[in-house]
Amino acid sequence: MRRTVPLTITFIVGTGLILSVFFPPFETVGEDFSLFFDIIAVFAFFLGGGNLLRVHGTRIQKKRRDWGYSFITVAGFFLMLAAGLFKLWNPGGITADVTAPGSLFQLMYNWVFNPLGATMYALLAFYVASASYRAFRAKNSDATILLVAAFIILLGRTPLGFYATSWIPDSFSLLQIPNLAIWVMTSPNLAGQRAIMIGIALGVVSMSLRLILGVERTHLGVEE
Amino acid sequence: MEGSKRLSAIILAVVIALFLVSWIVKGLAISDSGAALWFSVRDAFFITLAAFLTLAILSFLYKDNPYYKFAEHLFVGVSAAYWMCVGFWSTIVGNLFPNISESLSGYFDVPYKGFNPFYFIPLILGIMLLMRLSARAGWMSRWALAWIVGTTSGLNLIRYLRTDFISQVSNTFVPLLVDWKGVGPFFSDLSLSASGQFTMTLANWVIFVGVFTGLIYFFFSKEHKGFFGAASRVGIWVLMITFGASFGYTVMGRVSLLVGRLTYLFRDWLGLIS
Repeated sequence: MRRTVPLTITFIVGTGLILSVFFPPFETVGEDFSLFFDIIAVFAFFLGGGNLLRVHGTRIQKKRRDWGYSFITVAGFFLMLAAGLFKLWNPGGITADVTAPGSLFQLMYNWVFNPLGATMYALLAFYVASASYRAFRAKNSDATILLVAAFIILLGRTPLGFYATSWIPDSFSLLQIPNLAIWVMTSPNLAGQRAIMIGIALGVVSMSLRLILGVERTHLGVEE
Repeated sequence: MEGSKRLSAIILAVVIALFLVSWIVKGLAISDSGAALWFSVRDAFFITLAAFLTLAILSFLYKDNPYYKFAEHLFVGVSAAYWMCVGFWSTIVGNLFPNISESLSGYFDVPYKGFNPFYFIPLILGIMLLMRLSARAGWMSRWALAWIVGTTSGLNLIRYLRTDFISQVSNTFVPLLVDWKGVGPFFSDLSLSASGQFTMTLANWVIFVGVFTGLIYFFFSKEHKGFFGAASRVGIWVLMITFGASFGYTVMGRVSLLVGRLTYLFRDWLGLIS
């Protein structure tokens, strides 16, 4: 019951979606299944929120180390949740768009969620610079190729790259750094990306077949 | 230890004082532009809050500290609630309610599409997914998980075969002689112009050979020796160029985000640059 039913559901849903591609009358089945997937995925967000509350609630209740930060997490969670679900300060009321200008949800998105997310990623610029210092040492031919390619791309997107090679005549315009950067992106980079994509596609197809046919069962956890 | 706590308390007091000063100064600046009092106070608060949260995250560059932890934990809570709300309004209210309840559709002012009993399947499976939070009924979440896995597998199998396999292989078979008019014209017009015949031909050769040698590198069922080894070596070079280009793009993306945050601090908050 605990393993057979999930395996049967996976088989029916997976096979149904594949067959819907080949049989046009069942095309809507594929669309419906995708929509059902979206609805279940929203419940996965609810599950994530519930789990967050459980983890941080336990930390607050037992006053574990740094429990004050857990309180911040829970407070931020409830404030954003209330702002979104009850559409607080929303000029149009409960029936208006949740992201309407002036609503608390939109204000918190613009002034809390967005700045925090953008700065978190911006912080990575410093760590990427640190990593590039270590990676960009031409220790062997492979590292040198990587270094040159990255350098061309970086220079090609800056005014320096344009001014440094703008004197090169049109008959050799490929050697102008901006053109060279475009060429690297659309030729060797494309070839490498394509080889990786083909490899990934084959991996996804084989893994999908294993899941649909019930060969792969690790996502169901250990036998009880 | 006592001195460290006192120093932390002094720093916290200074930060709070700076926040209040910034809030007041920004509020006065906004009200000078003709905005109503409530909007001046509200907007000044949020502008200052965003600036302080930005600085709190950037303070991690010095070392891990309570201000960074505050911002980090706030981000976790806010982002979890954000996605929950977006999912609720866009999918539950937008797609589920119009198919199962006329009264709920009316309450949320979304067009009712008629009763469809099949929409109880995702509703029941979604509730079963939430059973994961219960120790005794956690096994029920596997049914919903099975639906997610089945849908992902079914969709991805076709999608990846079509877009990432068949179309990519098809696009690799490109003409290896572009705009060919004979050997004579080819050599007489030979140049390294970015849009010239030689460059286009070279690009197609690089794509064709690069994809095949790249795939040979990923083929581990045969030992990489002889011709196969040489091709694999070329494949590594192609992949190194790809990784270098991706790395360069990543650096640029991150730096542009950083520039965006610094622009916010110096223009929108402090007003030092126009």
